[in-house]
Amino acid sequence: MASDTTATTDQRARVEESIDALLTAFPPARTPEPEFWGAQFDHGLAWVQHPEGLGGLDVSPRWQAEVDRRIVEAGGSTRNRTQNVLGIGMGAGTIVAHGTEEQQQRFLRPMFTLEEIWCQMFSEPGAGSDLAALATSAKLDGDHWIVNGQKVWTTLGHLAKWGMLVTRTDPDVPKHAGLTYFIVDMESDGVDVRPLYQITGEAEFNEVYFTDVAIPDDLRVGDVGQGWTVAMTTLMNERVAIGGNVQPRGAGAIAQAVEAWERTDAPDRDPAKRDQLLRYWVEAEAMRLTTLRAKEAAKQGTPGPEGSTAKLQWADLNKAITSFTMDLLGPEGMTYPGGYAFTRPDVTSNRTPSPHKAFLRSRANSIEGGTSEVMKNILGERVLGLPGEPRVDKNLPWREVPRS
Amino acid sequence: MSTTAPPTVTFALTEEQQLLRSMVRELLTERVTSARLREVMLGDEGYDAVLWRELADLGLVGLAIPEHLGGGGSGFVEVSIVLEELGRVLAPVPYLSSVVLGATVVATGGSEDQQARVLPDVATGSTRLALAHLDTAGRLTGPPGIRASRVADGWVLEGEAGYVVDGRTATDLVVAATTDDGLELFLVDAEADGVERTDVEVLDATRPMATVGFSGVRVDDANRLTGAEPMAALHAGLQAAVVAIACEQVGGTQRTLEDATAYARDRVQFGRAIGSFQAVKHRLAEMLVAAESARSAAHHAARVLATDERQELAVAAPLAKAYCSEVYEQATGDAIQIFGGIGFTWEHDTHLYFKRAKSTKLLLGDPKHHRSLLGDALGI
Ligand SMILES: Cc1cc2nc3c(=O)[nH]c(=O)nc-3n(C[C@H](O)[C@H](O)[C@H](O)COP(=O)(O)OP(=O)(O)OC[C@H]3O[C@@H](n4cnc5c(N)ncnc54)[C@H](O)[C@@H]3O)c2cc1C
Repeated sequence: MASDTTATTDQRARVEESIDALLTAFPPARTPEPEFWGAQFDHGLAWVQHPEGLGGLDVSPRWQAEVDRRIVEAGGSTRNRTQNVLGIGMGAGTIVAHGTEEQQQRFLRPMFTLEEIWCQMFSEPGAGSDLAALATSAKLDGDHWIVNGQKVWTTLGHLAKWGMLVTRTDPDVPKHAGLTYFIVDMESDGVDVRPLYQITGEAEFNEVYFTDVAIPDDLRVGDVGQGWTVAMTTLMNERVAIGGNVQPRGAGAIAQAVEAWERTDAPDRDPAKRDQLLRYWVEAEAMRLTTLRAKEAAKQGTPGPEGSTAKLQWADLNKAITSFTMDLLGPEGMTYPGGYAFTRPDVTSNRTPSPHKAFLRSRANSIEGGTSEVMKNILGERVLGLPGEPRVDKNLPWREVPRS
Repeated sequence: MSTTAPPTVTFALTEEQQLLRSMVRELLTERVTSARLREVMLGDEGYDAVLWRELADLGLVGLAIPEHLGGGGSGFVEVSIVLEELGRVLAPVPYLSSVVLGATVVATGGSEDQQARVLPDVATGSTRLALAHLDTAGRLTGPPGIRASRVADGWVLEGEAGYVVDGRTATDLVVAATTDDGLELFLVDAEADGVERTDVEVLDATRPMATVGFSGVRVDDANRLTGAEPMAALHAGLQAAVVAIACEQVGGTQRTLEDATAYARDRVQFGRAIGSFQAVKHRLAEMLVAAESARSAAHHAARVLATDERQELAVAAPLAKAYCSEVYEQATGDAIQIFGGIGFTWEHDTHLYFKRAKSTKLLLGDPKHHRSLLGDALGI
């Protein structure tokens, strides 16, 4: 206990010292963004939980919120986190955990400075929840891998310079054992990125086709056949990135609901609606406190399966609240101000200020980053230790497993 | 008013009614393909004029209009069958607006003369009515957005009406306006001087709505409806529409259930059909139970409306609207979840149903509003 507290005090002091140094040498209000983010990286404040020299300070991730708060307070921006959400939220942790030293030196800094956007190419038409069933093939040819196949739902693929790619390198072993993970240059010959439009009319995501795309072996992450382990690291980071954001009390979807309530005409402000609003407020706050608590307990390194708690709760609550907000809007809930524009945005609209768009966008929350059903399976099996479902595909070679 | 014993409830369809259903289903399945629906939805025309013509030629638009006025003389049960099928495919035609809302108000609120002047053309589909009765905030309680003032040879309308279903494409508007002596109903040529119609940006793009402005619009005395008391006529139209929406919702729910079930049977993950996972299977089983109950509520309301049992209608109509709205919303939301990523895409049709569900839930009173009307009817 005592040593814990000492460690905490220690860590706080180191973090604060770094922040002070950064803000003094590079006043964010007067430093161009990429330069500032570069300096932030060099001061170990990009992702504090990662090792020194790789953008971190090797301390608990709980301090990151304080870093970002201070930066914003000083007039700096943290928009790199939302605009490169797949890179910073998921790619960084993966490269730190499994990348070679060259890869770490090459990729982490420009990822954080927003010079290079990243995307995640895991899902395929036939492999969503069952990611390990994926079919995109990679075959070794000298010192290169030749990739063929199709990925889908690739968020921000149209802007990405680099992609995290999981491929099948051995179809003759059980599905988890035959996967290999790569970093792929999205500007390579044979990569074709096509927009996929979504419920809001926008195309945040894409389908990506690979035709004889050559990837040098030094862009492989982890060993051949170790792709599943590496991919799990990415997914664990993703779930925390999606669900683990701590916003101020009353912010986010519940703020839009409260605002709609305040705009409701007095006669329509009945006790039943008010009670429902407050019920959601309570749930949102309880969730926020849980996330805070989880952050405090979080250790350095890859988050564990309990990251699914926040992801699950956030997804379902966000859907419920945004839908309730539309109901509060009454007839205005039948409208879609601005109309359905068929654009390819540069951020996901998860945090849109429009309650109408938020309502539609939230439908993906229980699908993206693993469905709510899958989250419940993970919590039941990996956290609570309940027995798994009988598996028909576990020990069969991948090529013999039925797929759709 | 308390209703002690509900009237005898029957549901069976006659042979003709069953034939009607399969005929309409077959036609709509062929005509309202996803591609066609999207073409209409994103185009400027505002409704599918070709399909509308066809529905009219088959006598489906004039189904409930009396025979001596050029209609089919059927009852609301037949109309409800058509509505359910239209809702099943989200057919982009002004059936709810013209056949249900507009025609009911005219049939109730119009004199015999006025009915004879308007309804035959409604039956042939050449007249398309839209009802303008709300203010721009769409408030259900409180006065309409339009005021009518008496002038020497008629009336002048001023103001703005919101959420007018199919308002931009209608040929004629049925307008509820406030006068010094209370509510009056008027028939207005939609192209008349001073009428300005603007499309609202709607959540459910398959069902357009407009804001209709009136500035100095002159209306002859002959176009003030002089049949039943205006408030009662408006109420009749709205009550029919509420039941009609419930029927559409049932059609959409059933379609959603079928599509999601088919997908759960075909889609394989982890070497098994996803429908073999209880999380998916149970969700669909719950959807089935809810869809069946929704059907019962809507069919009952349609029958009560057909037989004009006023007391029971005050129970059956809000019951159907409150219940079917929530069932539809839940079903379409669940369907997106069952489809996974594909269910979130624009190209997949599920989002169209999801938006229709939310939009019709809020149209002409949300479930809470209707539960409250129900409470009033039951004296609770
Ligand atoms: C907005 C958005 C952005 C995305 N961005 C990316 C991205 O950048 N990169 C990327 O690789 N992927 C991305 N995805 C894909 C996402 O990870 C998948 O959609 C998700 O894993 C589900 O896969 P699926 O869509 O194939 O659905 P399926 O796996 O086919 O699931 C269909 C239904 O079956 C259920 N189901 C499946 N298995 C089970 C089970 N064992 N038990 C119970 N129920 C089960 C699911 O819960 C779901 O309800 C994105 C998705 C969305 C919606």
